[in-house]
Amino acid sequence: MRIARAAAYATLLIAAGCQSNHSMLRSSASRQAANIEWLYWFIFWISLVVFVLVISFFARGSARSQVDDEEMAPVLPQDEERDRGAKAGVAVAIGITVVTLFVVLALSVVTGKTTAGLTSQNPITIQVIGHQWWWEFRYPNPQADLTVSTANEVHLPVGKPIVVLTTSRDVIHSFWLPNVDGKRDLLPGYQSAFTFQVDKPGIYHGQCAEFCGEQHAHMGFEMVAEPMDEFQQWLQQQRKSATDPQDITTVRGREVFLTHACVLCHTVRGTDAGSKVGPDLTHLASRRMLAAATLSNAPGSLAGWITDPQRLKPGARMPANPLQPDDLQALVTYLRSLQ
Amino acid sequence: MLRHVHWWLVAAALLLLLSCEREERSFRQTPASANVVNTIQVSQLHPGGQQIATPAVPNIYEENAYAVSEGKRLYENFNCVGCHAHGGGGIGPPLMDDEWIYGGEPANIFSTIMEGRPNGMPAWRGRIPENQGWQIVAYVRSMSGQVRTDVASGRSDHMQGKKPEANTPREQPTGITGAPAHQ
Repeated sequence: MRIARAAAYATLLIAAGCQSNHSMLRSSASRQAANIEWLYWFIFWISLVVFVLVISFFARGSARSQVDDEEMAPVLPQDEERDRGAKAGVAVAIGITVVTLFVVLALSVVTGKTTAGLTSQNPITIQVIGHQWWWEFRYPNPQADLTVSTANEVHLPVGKPIVVLTTSRDVIHSFWLPNVDGKRDLLPGYQSAFTFQVDKPGIYHGQCAEFCGEQHAHMGFEMVAEPMDEFQQWLQQQRKSATDPQDITTVRGREVFLTHACVLCHTVRGTDAGSKVGPDLTHLASRRMLAAATLSNAPGSLAGWITDPQRLKPGARMPANPLQPDDLQALVTYLRSLQ
Repeated sequence: MLRHVHWWLVAAALLLLLSCEREERSFRQTPASANVVNTIQVSQLHPGGQQIATPAVPNIYEENAYAVSEGKRLYENFNCVGCHAHGGGGIGPPLMDDEWIYGGEPANIFSTIMEGRPNGMPAWRGRIPENQGWQIVAYVRSMSGQVRTDVASGRSDHMQGKKPEANTPREQPTGITGAPAHQ
């Protein structure tokens, strides 16, 4: 009975790990991740074989031992024949180990090269900027007003090399998309670059992988990999400024936005709000998630987040905003209209 | 006695652990009400003989290193640096010296931030939430050494042109709350 319960708990624990596609070992979405995944499983199976061999030899040796606990170990008679056999066995084992080591080494080097040497011909360039505790993604364009800035949701075309320029505004963060590539540190005051390519469309979860303060564990983002034409369509939409509100509630909502604390940190292109401290909200309603991929983008969570972010994410940089109920309603309506 | 020496060591270690309590980071607390601003005097000209004393509003954030460093961050984010620089002044008056045109008590500075002042200081009421306002007040006062040295900030993210706030000697404020300002 107790064993059954323990087994049930263990199964639940394992099943909990399957919840999201947030793993390097399953559903790799890029060539780098596939390479790393392959190398991982290759080393895993070799290690498993070695482990099983060692344990079975050990078990066999223990089973053959005939010495009682109280007795001294007997002095074995010298046996030239057996000694020679044992020596040969050890030599063969060393030989196999060395060969395996070199094979793994060579494969590591090859994987490293294919991972690093991805073509960056005619790429899409994006900028990733780490903030405490959210991600800024920019799509730079020589024409300044066509530069797109979004937060916590990055859209990328499949089958095209992506050059990522990284930096941070405050402390060291680490950009990690487990299904795509390894971790890359974002360093304040220093720009670095790397390349990857996504091959499978889908929505993948990313996460900060370097402890960066109170809300580090909730500093997530989503990567939406989609075909080129859908990506271009998205980018075109993101380039637009916010449209002027039409109905009276939305107009009031914009007024609330522009006359309260929101305007000190956030940008809505097309209005007077242009601060770069917090995420750009020009197309807030088009995003799937809020608050660094911790809340779904629904009116209720948006209202809760605006009213008291410190209850949801203690330490987050956004202060509480005690608004009048109808002001809050109008503000949420306005933000929901920013498609 | 010597046999129990390891127990004494454990007790000593536990005692040491007790001292690990750090100051608290309060994320939802709002200090002293801002209602005082109505009685703040902003000019040295006043009818009658009596000058209204600045109400003493204790700013709990001046006792909290986290709050002071938040104030420092907001001072930059909200572009106070644009006019006051990192305390040395420019378009606006310097904040690291002893001279306070509109008073250097926490309530004076809070009022100055929230209501604005003539010749360029904007009114931030409604824009800067009250608790962040008080955090900025704590930081502004740390620039002239008015807060405890173990609370004031010891370093900056920007290039440092002066001693950090933790090493700033305490200035004696003059102006509306102290001796007449010399200008």
